[in-house]
Amino acid sequence: MKDASPAKPYALHLGVIILLFALSFVLPDYHHGLLARIMVLAVFAMGYNMLFGYVGLLSLGHAMFFSAGLYGAGLAVIHLGWSVPAAFAAGILCGALLALVIGVLALRTSGVAFMIVTMMFAQVFYLVILYFASWTGGDQGMVVPQPARVLVLGSTSLDLTSPTVRYTSALALFSIVLLITLAIVRSRYGRVLVAIRENEERTKMLGYDTFSNKLVAVVVSGTICATSGAAYALLFGYVGSSFASVQYSILPLLWVLLGGAATTLGPLIGTLFMYYVVDITSGFTSAYLLIVGIALILLVLFFPKGILGSIRQRWLGWLP
Amino acid sequence: MMPLLTTKGLSRNFGGLRAVDNVDFALMPGEIRAVIGPNGAGKTTFVSLVSGRIQPSQGMIVFDGADITSLPAYARVRLGVAYTFQITSVFANLSVYDNVALPVQRTLTDGRSKGAVRTGVMAALERTGLADRTHMLAGQLSYGHQRLLEVAMGLALKPRLLILDEPTQGLADSEIDNFIELVREIAKSATVLLIEHNMPVVMQLADRITVFNAGRILAEGAPEQIRANTEVQDAYLGATHD
Repeated sequence: MKDASPAKPYALHLGVIILLFALSFVLPDYHHGLLARIMVLAVFAMGYNMLFGYVGLLSLGHAMFFSAGLYGAGLAVIHLGWSVPAAFAAGILCGALLALVIGVLALRTSGVAFMIVTMMFAQVFYLVILYFASWTGGDQGMVVPQPARVLVLGSTSLDLTSPTVRYTSALALFSIVLLITLAIVRSRYGRVLVAIRENEERTKMLGYDTFSNKLVAVVVSGTICATSGAAYALLFGYVGSSFASVQYSILPLLWVLLGGAATTLGPLIGTLFMYYVVDITSGFTSAYLLIVGIALILLVLFFPKGILGSIRQRWLGWLP
Repeated sequence: MMPLLTTKGLSRNFGGLRAVDNVDFALMPGEIRAVIGPNGAGKTTFVSLVSGRIQPSQGMIVFDGADITSLPAYARVRLGVAYTFQITSVFANLSVYDNVALPVQRTLTDGRSKGAVRTGVMAALERTGLADRTHMLAGQLSYGHQRLLEVAMGLALKPRLLILDEPTQGLADSEIDNFIELVREIAKSATVLLIEHNMPVVMQLADRITVFNAGRILAEGAPEQIRANTEVQDAYLGATHD
């Protein structure tokens, strides 16, 4: 993964971004909207992949980082009347701070204990949202009012509820995060993260403070997930407690596993795949979850490293 | 001359077992010191205490005049105490290059220049004779080469004290000869603490030998003295003499 010519991976990633941009002109309305949503959630998956794929830390609580961004941004607009950029920043900051606190506490554990601790914290976060229902809307959630979802940039104002603006914003966010994760995993820091995943004891004996390195990774991961949550609130206008539930901690794990853990594009592929399998099968039968389940089992059997992970293993060793 | 490494009353208990028992030890800079002793004598526990992989029950460890007893392992590595593992633990899924790049990039003070990592990696790989295997996965190397990679990683840390835990275990005779040369080469720039079972290797390399038995130091001296020591012969070599 290191020391290879950087041209190919960057060309591939730029190609994917250009393809997604081109798609915005040809896709019918329904798929246009769905893809915008998928790109925002793929950012969530990329944040999860940062920690799970590269550092090997399996968290079952990432819904709290996503919803920290979601509520941080959403409530800032609803209750404080903040502008879109300020609310977006507030959401990201909430996620980063939460990740720092959770990281310091949860990283005292590892393995199964880490999974349980993160899951418990996320559950606390979920219950806190329900408890303060007068502020958060409880299990009903809240709608971010349409007039507030306008991004004013100097003299122009962009209406985030318009499909084109929404798609373009989602693509911009996705592209930035994709290129950031690509740069991180190809950096020296990325090499240390993989070393921690492969053998933490050995990494310590090379002089690395693995706790600090992991803590930074938790904060980076949590911040990316919060960015996705903040964007979701502002672009799709709904802030709901279901996003803090355990289901939304499992989903990014599933997306990443499907697409390929520790691949930069895997999270997008996994999210896309999962959404479309559900979308297509639910058009035929009400028992679509059965088909989804079978598809997942087949994938695990034939592509145990996820779609991109297996492609990298068999054909394209240079994939980042 | 001040010793590079000193331990005073160093002990470590595992349950009721006193694996290392009240050890006073001193190592002079530039020395090649071999630590020998029967299985279970506490050699590996002793160097694990020195490297910080486990914490002592009692006693203190002084490195280059500073008390390092409570420092975590990674901080000791940064001071120059490098440990190569008894059981080979290279990063099997990473390339040979990446394995060595990890220690190199950390020791670089100039973190920016891209060429610096490559230069450092290639220097360490050339010293250990692995330069033609840069892009192989470490796990695909032969056992002997994995041991050499382990040493290359230790070298790349630019250690002042290099602890080699049974480095020749599992090596072929021809590989052992090269290895002896390599350790002599390393000793020009670092102090070497070597745990070794292979007596010819010990006799050829060591300036001094420390013999462990049942967690204590049984004897210490030049190779000839140790060879002649009847107590050592009893405990370790299992010789009967009349």
